[in-house]
Amino acid sequence: MNKVCIYLVFLCCLFLVACDKTSPVAPEENELLDGPIEGLTTQQQIQFLKGDEAFADVFTINEGLGPLFVANQCASCHPGDGKGHPFVQFTRFGQSDTLGNQFMTFGAPQLQNKAIPGYQPEVLPTGATFTSLIAPAVTGLGFLDAVSDADLIALSDPNDMDGDGISGRPHWNTIPSYVQLRPNSISKNGKYISRFGKKGAAYDLLHQTSGAYNQDMGITSLFEPIDVFSLLEIDPEVNTETVRNVVAYLKTLKQPLPRDVNSGDVILGKQIFSDIDCAKCHSPQLTTGISPIEALSNKTFFPYTDLLLHDMGVGLDDNYTEGFALTSEWKTPPLWGLGLSKDAQGGTCFLLHDGRATSIESAILMHGGEAVQSKNKYLLLSESEKTQLITFLESL
Amino acid sequence: MKTFISIYLKLSVGTLLVVIAPSLEAQTLDSILIRKDIDTSASVLNMDAAYNRPFLTADKMPVSLGGYLEANSIYSTEDGVTEGLSFQARRLTLFMSASISKRIKFLSEIEFEDGTKEIGIEFAALDVAFHPVLNFRGGIIMNPIGAFNQNHDGPKWEFVERPDVAVNMLAATWANAGFGLYGKAHKGNWVLGYEVYLTNGFNNSITDNEENKTFLPAAKANEERFEESNNGRALFTGKLAIKNRKIGEIGFSYMGGIYNKFEEEGLILDEERRLDVFAIDFNTTIKKTGTYIVGEIIFINIDVAETFTQQFGNKQRGAFVDIVQTVLKKEMFGWKEATFNIAARLDYVDWNIGTFKETGTEIGEDLWAISPAISFRPSAQTVFRINYRYQWQKDILSNPAAKTATWLFGISTYF
Ligand code: HEC
Ligand code: HEC
Repeated sequence: MNKVCIYLVFLCCLFLVACDKTSPVAPEENELLDGPIEGLTTQQQIQFLKGDEAFADVFTINEGLGPLFVANQCASCHPGDGKGHPFVQFTRFGQSDTLGNQFMTFGAPQLQNKAIPGYQPEVLPTGATFTSLIAPAVTGLGFLDAVSDADLIALSDPNDMDGDGISGRPHWNTIPSYVQLRPNSISKNGKYISRFGKKGAAYDLLHQTSGAYNQDMGITSLFEPIDVFSLLEIDPEVNTETVRNVVAYLKTLKQPLPRDVNSGDVILGKQIFSDIDCAKCHSPQLTTGISPIEALSNKTFFPYTDLLLHDMGVGLDDNYTEGFALTSEWKTPPLWGLGLSKDAQGGTCFLLHDGRATSIESAILMHGGEAVQSKNKYLLLSESEKTQLITFLESL
Repeated sequence: MKTFISIYLKLSVGTLLVVIAPSLEAQTLDSILIRKDIDTSASVLNMDAAYNRPFLTADKMPVSLGGYLEANSIYSTEDGVTEGLSFQARRLTLFMSASISKRIKFLSEIEFEDGTKEIGIEFAALDVAFHPVLNFRGGIIMNPIGAFNQNHDGPKWEFVERPDVAVNMLAATWANAGFGLYGKAHKGNWVLGYEVYLTNGFNNSITDNEENKTFLPAAKANEERFEESNNGRALFTGKLAIKNRKIGEIGFSYMGGIYNKFEEEGLILDEERRLDVFAIDFNTTIKKTGTYIVGEIIFINIDVAETFTQQFGNKQRGAFVDIVQTVLKKEMFGWKEATFNIAARLDYVDWNIGTFKETGTEIGEDLWAISPAISFRPSAQTVFRINYRYQWQKDILSNPAAKTATWLFGISTYF
């Protein structure tokens, strides 16, 4: 009998030890994109959790998905809050001038390329120009949202007064009636500075989110009540509180944190990034103004964007536009989290507005227009300098 | 449905009292009730599992009762984050069988899952034996796809968790209203069994659900399937099992049919879409070492609308295999045939096989898990088990897998 007991105890101990050793450890905070910013109140954290859940909520046909749609969940295009994959990439269509979209009766601006059983997806109308967009990461947006209009105007140089070949201008756009102006917002001829989306056409996170429910998933809300199939107003399919929770979630999602900041190559690469003028558009540092969310007020952060529109040349010109941006203009994307992109995109990164660049280097090489001089300087770097620059970008 | 269950419960508890009460005065329970143990003879197949359970009956009573209970504690850590310790009352199952008259019998199985969160009739069917090779079964039956769906009683297994492929890819335990035929034949060392049934089946939820993947178990939420077919098309399930008394058993099964609602009141809603499930199950004991091996491999093909999202795959496959080794069998703590087993399970499920149209790269949405286990059985009917489970689960894009380690300690017993 004793032998049995000893046997038993021994076996259990062995088991416990062996297994405990192999328990999965938490990834470092700077390896993950999700999680709230520091210093939120309990109330804000509760709303963060609700928004997090809604962001992952899968819409079924019963819950209003479609009849036409692109994807059925925010998180399927922004997995782990990171960048999206080509399988949920979408097309926006319209025309090349800024007179407003003339294809609204054909379901513009977004091509609804999926349909629930029994329906047919949309096809591109003849004569429409179009672009294809891959989803950006949604991290740290609260910081970008809280930068004051005055700061963005100060960063811009629409007429290239300093003669460096880089202009950069805010996207002055008309805004929907449901958005609330940010503190100290500046207007010009009835237009305001919008800053979200690849062409910076969405004013704030509510504008972007209601648009996403509507155009990306075929889900109507109080804010965007027009059904993408019938083009008629229908009852909201997502409630207003949920939309607000998602907006609060996006606002309080932490900024991506850099890795290996003390490595020699990263430090050298960062210097090269400034030396060859990447930093003129990918502005390393911005400061927030006042925000109703205390944790976002007057904070310095490191997004590597100026939130301005830049002419990127013919290579990246898709002959399609939104708002008052030119067809060749794109908003500088933040580079924070760049090194983590591939962990959300299935192992390969898909960069630039349509994911055409599958490496950081190819993204750089596709820069044209205002960025052409900067790109040429990159081409003149030695191999080891190029490696240092890429190592730095990977650390973001 | 609910009322039916409650009536049923009253009835069965009532029967129990009727059986026991009058005689209680004179004798002790033990001397009246007869325990009928599991038949472990070589001619038993997985298809016999429903009736082959320990039952309690009273002398000359045509009714037998039984059931089992499963409860456990669980502690799991996903990527370093733990939800802490929980206790789970997974399921309480009651079964009752009755010999109605010669070669006509009835069996029902009612399951309470997670407390009373889910109450389901797993089985409630009438069996009529015309001949050993020709039996009729009708009522609520368990579709004979794979072996686990039929042979799933907790105390029979060394693991707290049911195999992933059975519960999260197939819809185990998957029961439906329907009827069919089955039979068995013996010759020498060989036993051959067949089953063919027509039942109600799946519905649109399997390709449109909150799991965001093709998920057969989503159809279990459809309670209407006991009352009416979702589309007027029967689900066919058929199985052929062969056993060699010296080697082991292997089963080949198929389940399929049109799953979607394609018309309503004569109006066309969609084209007819098929679901086809193939399964191979096997079990054997290696004579020399006494090692018991049991497993199942499942393939699913399903027609998902071309225009719908690729989240919902049109091909799935999965498998599990358990290896169980008795390391000690002797009298322990006063139990005559107490046994200690060590065991290991491998789980594999891929819910979406194929490549993305846009990139040509492999679609993820798969899971692997390995679970070592130690179990102690004071008797064959009762098992204490400690399991450790390490799981790798990938999202649809094959991003770095979420790793989960889980400790489970549980008991499961027939009563
Ligand atoms: C079908 C894929 C898809 C779905 C679903 C989707 N998004 Fe997006 N998201 C995108 C793309 C592509 C962009 C860039 C769009 C643009 O330029 O306007 C984007 C942009 C954004 C942005 C702007 C980020 C920035 O840096 O400017 C936010 C915020 C956002 N999405 C939030 C959401 C939310 C919230 C949901 C769910 C309600 C959602 N998305 C659903 C693809 C998707
Ligand atoms: C004139 C402004 C400008 C300059 C200078 C510039 N960029 Fe960019 N960068 C952009 C814009 C705008 C985009 C987005 C273009 C698009 O989406 O098609 C971009 C995209 C990128 C991307 C892809 C990001 C993503 O998430 O898809 C990387 C990486 C990048 N730039 C790195 C650099 C580096 C390195 C330099 C210096 C050699 C540089 N950029 C110089 C404006 C600039």
